[in-house]
Amino acid sequence: MTQKSSGFFNWINDRLPIVNTYERHLSKHPVPKKVNFWYMFGALASVVLIIQIVSGIWLMFGYENTEEGAFASIEYIMRDIEYGWVIRYMHTTGASMFFAVVYLHMFRGLLYGSYHKPRELVWVFGMTIYLVMMAEGFLGYVLPYGQMSYWGAQVIISLFGAIPYIGESLEIWVRGDYYISGATISRFFALHVVALPLILIALVFMHLVALHEVGAGNPEGVDIEKHLDEDGVPLDSVPFFPYKVLNALVAIGIFGIVFSIIMFFFPEGGGYMLELANFEEANPLSTPEHIAPVWYYSPYYAMLRAVPDKLGGLVVMGAAIAILFVVPWLDRSKAASIRYKGILSKIAMTIFIISWLMLAWLGTVPVTALRTTLSIIGTIIYFAFFLLMPIYTSIEKTKPVPERL
Amino acid sequence: MEEKITTRRKVLIGMTTAVGAVGASFAVVPFVASWNPSAKAKAVGGPVKVDVSKMQVGQKIQVAWRKQPVFVIRHSKAALDSLSKVESKLDDPNSLKIEEPYRDVNPTRSTSDEYTVIAGVCTHLGCAPKYYPEMESQPWDESWVGGFFCPCHGSMFDIVGRVFKGVPAPTNLKVPPHYFDGSILTIGEERGAA
Repeated sequence: MTQKSSGFFNWINDRLPIVNTYERHLSKHPVPKKVNFWYMFGALASVVLIIQIVSGIWLMFGYENTEEGAFASIEYIMRDIEYGWVIRYMHTTGASMFFAVVYLHMFRGLLYGSYHKPRELVWVFGMTIYLVMMAEGFLGYVLPYGQMSYWGAQVIISLFGAIPYIGESLEIWVRGDYYISGATISRFFALHVVALPLILIALVFMHLVALHEVGAGNPEGVDIEKHLDEDGVPLDSVPFFPYKVLNALVAIGIFGIVFSIIMFFFPEGGGYMLELANFEEANPLSTPEHIAPVWYYSPYYAMLRAVPDKLGGLVVMGAAIAILFVVPWLDRSKAASIRYKGILSKIAMTIFIISWLMLAWLGTVPVTALRTTLSIIGTIIYFAFFLLMPIYTSIEKTKPVPERL
Repeated sequence: MEEKITTRRKVLIGMTTAVGAVGASFAVVPFVASWNPSAKAKAVGGPVKVDVSKMQVGQKIQVAWRKQPVFVIRHSKAALDSLSKVESKLDDPNSLKIEEPYRDVNPTRSTSDEYTVIAGVCTHLGCAPKYYPEMESQPWDESWVGGFFCPCHGSMFDIVGRVFKGVPAPTNLKVPPHYFDGSILTIGEERGAA
């Protein structure tokens, strides 16, 4: 059992299992001994979550959630509050970095089959986090009430209008008005700062508990639980402290450098992270020449635009996210990791990456006939990658997965 | 005896749950209803008036009603005569898919034979379409015959707001309630209302 180092901890631990929990989930938690940099993004995501919560609380000190005051209060934070600009840029850069890190984290999952048995629920909780993050990011984007806030929200809320019969009244219900007004902003504010963060934290907790129950995966796709020592600890594992902690600290250090460079020198990210049209106050009478979502929604926006039908566009966009949830049951391969999968999986993965990046680009540029065609092709490839997965992963010949890591 | 008690417990638990569920759904009502437009939001957004006599032929102006754009266009005779030519490109030339308030009155779709009054809200996802009246090749359509183009997702409408085939917008632009009193156009109510 636990080493009782002092009477005080002893006393606490008898009443609150703080030492046991610390050892079980942190210090002694066994992690695979060989992983690579792809396995750092989960830790980085939790770092960004903390950055977002802290900078978000500080932003609330200066933000005003009204139609008249929202835009001006952002300028007030940027110009009049001491270091307000740092706090705001930290939050906006954090939003982009959150998605960057989570996309890389999700891609790691696809690459090394992290969702394979018994980690299906870890994946599903992770996808739910991603879904809530998308909502959270959207709500936050509306709060400054700039031109892109307004028209971006107009487009997204109008999506509800595509639902047959109840669509139009649902739109009004979501807005609380006939246009995106102060009523909309104040409810979005409450959801952005209280409701969704609570859900997000709860989901992160479940994601981690589920992960610690089944143990982390590794780039080889080896099941380290097969070979245990006499204490039941996997032979191919090392304790979380100090091995994983020191690794993570290096990753966090590098991440901090990248984060700071963006935050201090490129906070607008060339118009992809903070869109230039949003430096103008919302004008419900004039749509900007070109409406583009921030980069992290753009692949799905490209899909929405690819479909020449309102309801169809909504369904395709929704399905693109929904299909990610069932990936653990689409992949029939005996090998989890791409390293031991067959040639078909490797080809499919390569085409998928190219088409996803192409969709991401298409979602940010104005429509032309050629780009619409490309969006349609990209959308088809996106769905084909997942829908054909049960076929190509079961017919291809995999390499034998090693016994030990 | 034992079985009887178990059954009785099941029934009681079932009934309690049912009553609880009904109560819970009533408790949800205020939370859902509070998201509807408030009395204040409903009160704002009365009708607006605009003098359209100074508009040039072919000109488009934009009026705000309920903080949403409404387009008013003064058409030339030639433009109105050419309306039937584009019908083959249109998805719903006679506005049968929507509630058309002034159906079969004028080719302009309004109560006037010269002015078109349409909501400047794309029926796709709510952007304000742009007016490109010239008949000339455009990046989105080489054989553009003039009309509205929505920059957001590329929906196209003719000069009276009727939607083209094969675009994301499902229906024609809506015609808001309006009436003309000489050259004074009132948007937001019918003649004789209020």
